[in-house]
Amino acid sequence: MENTVLHVADVHKSFAGLHALSDIDLSVREGETHAIIGPNGAGKSTLLNVCIGRLRPTSGQVVFDGQNLTGKQPHEINQLGVVRVFQTPEIFPELSLLENVMIPVLAKRDGAFKLSWFRRFSGENDARVQAEDILTDLGLGALVGSEAGSLSRGDKRRLELAMGLAQQPRLLLLDEPTAGMARHDTNATIDLLKRIKAQGMTKVIIEHDMHVVFSLADRISVLAGGRIICQGTPEEVKADPRVKEAYLGEEQV
Amino acid sequence: MKNTSATSDWILFIAFAAAVLTMPIWLAPFGANYPDLMQKFAIFGVFAIGFNILFGLTGYLSFGHAAFLGVGSYTAVWSFKLLTMNVLPAVVFSIVVAGAFAFLIGFISLRRSGIYFSILTLAFAQMSYNLAYSVLTPITNGETGLQLSLSDARVLDAAVGVSTGRSLPSTSLFGIKMSGLPGFYFCAVALIIGFFIALRITRSPFGTMLRGIKSNQTRMSYTGLNTRPYLIWAFVISGMYAGLAGSLLAVTDPLAGAERMQWTASGEVVLMTILGGAGTLLGPVLGAALIKYFENIFSAFNDVTLNQAFDALPDGLQGFVVELVSLFVGDGWHLTLGLLFMITVIFLPGGIMEGMRRIGGLFTRKKPQPASSTTSAVADPS
Repeated sequence: MENTVLHVADVHKSFAGLHALSDIDLSVREGETHAIIGPNGAGKSTLLNVCIGRLRPTSGQVVFDGQNLTGKQPHEINQLGVVRVFQTPEIFPELSLLENVMIPVLAKRDGAFKLSWFRRFSGENDARVQAEDILTDLGLGALVGSEAGSLSRGDKRRLELAMGLAQQPRLLLLDEPTAGMARHDTNATIDLLKRIKAQGMTKVIIEHDMHVVFSLADRISVLAGGRIICQGTPEEVKADPRVKEAYLGEEQV
Repeated sequence: MKNTSATSDWILFIAFAAAVLTMPIWLAPFGANYPDLMQKFAIFGVFAIGFNILFGLTGYLSFGHAAFLGVGSYTAVWSFKLLTMNVLPAVVFSIVVAGAFAFLIGFISLRRSGIYFSILTLAFAQMSYNLAYSVLTPITNGETGLQLSLSDARVLDAAVGVSTGRSLPSTSLFGIKMSGLPGFYFCAVALIIGFFIALRITRSPFGTMLRGIKSNQTRMSYTGLNTRPYLIWAFVISGMYAGLAGSLLAVTDPLAGAERMQWTASGEVVLMTILGGAGTLLGPVLGAALIKYFENIFSAFNDVTLNQAFDALPDGLQGFVVELVSLFVGDGWHLTLGLLFMITVIFLPGGIMEGMRRIGGLFTRKKPQPASSTTSAVADPS
């Protein structure tokens, strides 16, 4: 078996008696793109929240690269190289695009805290060049000076993706990266994610859009009612009768 | 690109320093060029600049900063009593002690954010205020306030053979008495140094992280940044500024009373910062100066001066106008301040600085928008 980077081991999560996740066992291998799909309310976002430390599992643990993530602070998990891109864009609306991307670059370079009060932020040339490159790469190069809050929703999502990529994560968790994007933007994002994949970055991606899932995923886990009902390559998942059953009445596959 | 921005900062700093040092000249037309008032401008400017590092950059609204001001004053007076009348050790000790005290309060208060943080800081400051009046009387001398006396030890002064004689000594900087204009210049230099440090902090990666916390603190932690030490440092630095301001109050007038720690004093620095423009560099200084100016000018008016001013009006009308205006001056000047504050917050939420930007915008609107460059990308609030 290939190298497992992320291992979600027997995770349960319940909110006030409601089982949001049960018996989740999931292995993500080095370099693969692992998609998690499932009908609304299946527990996909809860699973990602458990992985980045926003939620604590009721039982079980999440192991990343031999380190137990359970109980770690969000910033510690990020410093280990696990980066999440949120579904509702989490950006710094009052800051410029460049600052939005330079902050993660500096967080990666300087660690969780650095009292660098006598340096000039605008003098951090390496970080700035890196941030500008990423923004240009994502088609936001002309907007580096604008306030991030003034962007369209699609651009905000791309900015957040840029913030995630800026940290060169070892594991990138994407929560519906194309939701709310126009078709044209969706295709551009797919192309971008394919390029990242070619660089060997490990990704876990939650997505509703099956076009996106089948053009990117190496393996797929199908989540329904808080359980993984099927796991395998896209072809295997397509052929599985349980998957069709789970989606019936929900939406057409 | 980076040089342009650094250059404009130097221009801002030099212009600021020049404006502060020439205050005795250009404040003359406003009738505000007497040392007592100018000292207050500088001292409360320091206080507000420091407060702005916490409130303006991180968005954490402390309602207890007067506690650090008071601690600074007490420390300075004790330094005058025990060590020497030289002001430098007093200033240094005040900054250190206020910083340590701010660390303690910040460490606990910063466990919460938003209104809970404000309430915690307010509670701590009121606690300090009440302690200063009660159990801490041996240190604070209670209601009388801490004062110099002839029997003070002043070990360093005694060691070098400076005798106080039969009258109370005055604070000095290596022989220069710290009252009147020299006292103002001492405070002015402190203000200029404080402004320089605040400028560097604002422009630094550290300052940008603080602004990131204000913008989206949750996002900061998911970006791998531990926001807690950032906030504690911001709190301690602003506490040190408050301690410096407190020591300067003692330098210009060597006594310290507990009323300096009261919540109204904490509220005043909030007003100064918001009135001038929170998050800007010059705003807090302008706000502090404006409030201290109005306090002095308006509270000096009384019925006699008002009657003289409205002498030209017919008798009945004169009485009515004087009656009406007297509500807003003298002891009632707080009413003026309240109105001014309301007008600012409603029409100019960004304070005086936003007003100036808008006026500036009227003149530059016709010009084409400059192409977005990397210089403008890093916001330079001045």
